[in-house]
Amino acid sequence: MTVLKQAEPVAYSRILGIGAERGELVVTNDDIAGPIDSSDEWIRQRTGIVTRRRAGADRDVLDLAEVASAKAIAASGLAADQIDAVIVSTISHFVQTPSAAAILADRLGANPAAAYDISAACAGYCYAIAQADAMVRSGVARNVLAVGAEKLSEIIDPTDRSISFLLGDGAGAAVVGRSDTPGIGPTIWGSDGSKAQTIRQTHSWTDLRSDPSLGWPTLRQDGQTVFKWASFQVGKFAQAAMDAAGVGPEDIDVFVPHQANMRIIDQMVKQLKLPENVVVGRDIAETGNTSAASIPLAIERLMADGQAKSGDVALQIGFGAGLVYAAQVVVLP
Amino acid sequence: MAYTDTEILEGLAEIVAEETGLPTDAVQLEKSFTDDLDIDSLSMMTIVTHAEDKFGVRIPDEEVKNLATVGDAVTFIAGAQA
Repeated sequence: MTVLKQAEPVAYSRILGIGAERGELVVTNDDIAGPIDSSDEWIRQRTGIVTRRRAGADRDVLDLAEVASAKAIAASGLAADQIDAVIVSTISHFVQTPSAAAILADRLGANPAAAYDISAACAGYCYAIAQADAMVRSGVARNVLAVGAEKLSEIIDPTDRSISFLLGDGAGAAVVGRSDTPGIGPTIWGSDGSKAQTIRQTHSWTDLRSDPSLGWPTLRQDGQTVFKWASFQVGKFAQAAMDAAGVGPEDIDVFVPHQANMRIIDQMVKQLKLPENVVVGRDIAETGNTSAASIPLAIERLMADGQAKSGDVALQIGFGAGLVYAAQVVVLP
Repeated sequence: MAYTDTEILEGLAEIVAEETGLPTDAVQLEKSFTDDLDIDSLSMMTIVTHAEDKFGVRIPDEEVKNLATVGDAVTFIAGAQA
């Protein structure tokens, strides 16, 4: 009987390096308040957003991803050609195929790494980390680049009061590789497609083809429903991620939820009963909501500011359109 | 055992006070959540969630916009009790 070899598993994985890139334009609340009949005060009070970062016309989602990824690879201490898989989570790469990941891998010098995109909206970074962790530990890949990248300014409607004014552009990336010690806890993840319309695209590309008068599709959300779900249900998944990792709130140094709305972040901190000394990612104030990029962007800011450091235990949770969610406890690189 | 309207008002007043910092006696049946108590849509969802937990009822998201006054909420919760 022929006996196959299978990939040799390893015990542990960890994040080796993180990198981030924000859109270069600083867009204030006053800049966008007019078409939605709003004000700087209203936007700050409802969302905690002071500015959002957006990229100019000459930079697309791949450009943002490339800068963030190069920084992550440099921080990991690896050479680009040591990356053997690239995963990109994005909802703003505007061709169906080829993937952003394949082009990104080539641009970075990681060709011929395995490369593919995933669609998990604001949970995308944590989904990508879950896959990278599993790939490294199973032996399928040795070093995986996990990227969340968005140019959401391409799918906003300046007159939309539901979500457009929250959104920004940016990319965050992490290199996941082997470790002598546990560095990524079990992922708690899932979806609820029965609520697919809660955060949605106004109409499909095929609808646009049939009726060009519909115009370019943009995003919408049922804000109150999303707020209630995110504030009072999603925290349970973060708690489950801590339980699965065998840690409690007292063991967490840093909490980095998806940067959807400062008031959601505040409610989650309350629900999780996190001690006051836990550092909380609040990058939304300056960067806005960048969907799949928001968690690594927030981590990068905390580490750059010195509020978080290498070796800190971080609880991260992404949640968004799908609905989807994913949470895990990780050790910061 | 079902809560009485008075018990629902008292419970709701505690929830609103916790969310807004208002005194509980400011929460009266005829008060409008938005105009009198200055509660925005996100705070309203927080209050609704806590009320669901406290009174063991389900308040559908699409129903929340119909709860203009504290009295509307008391009536809805009273009716929603099993």
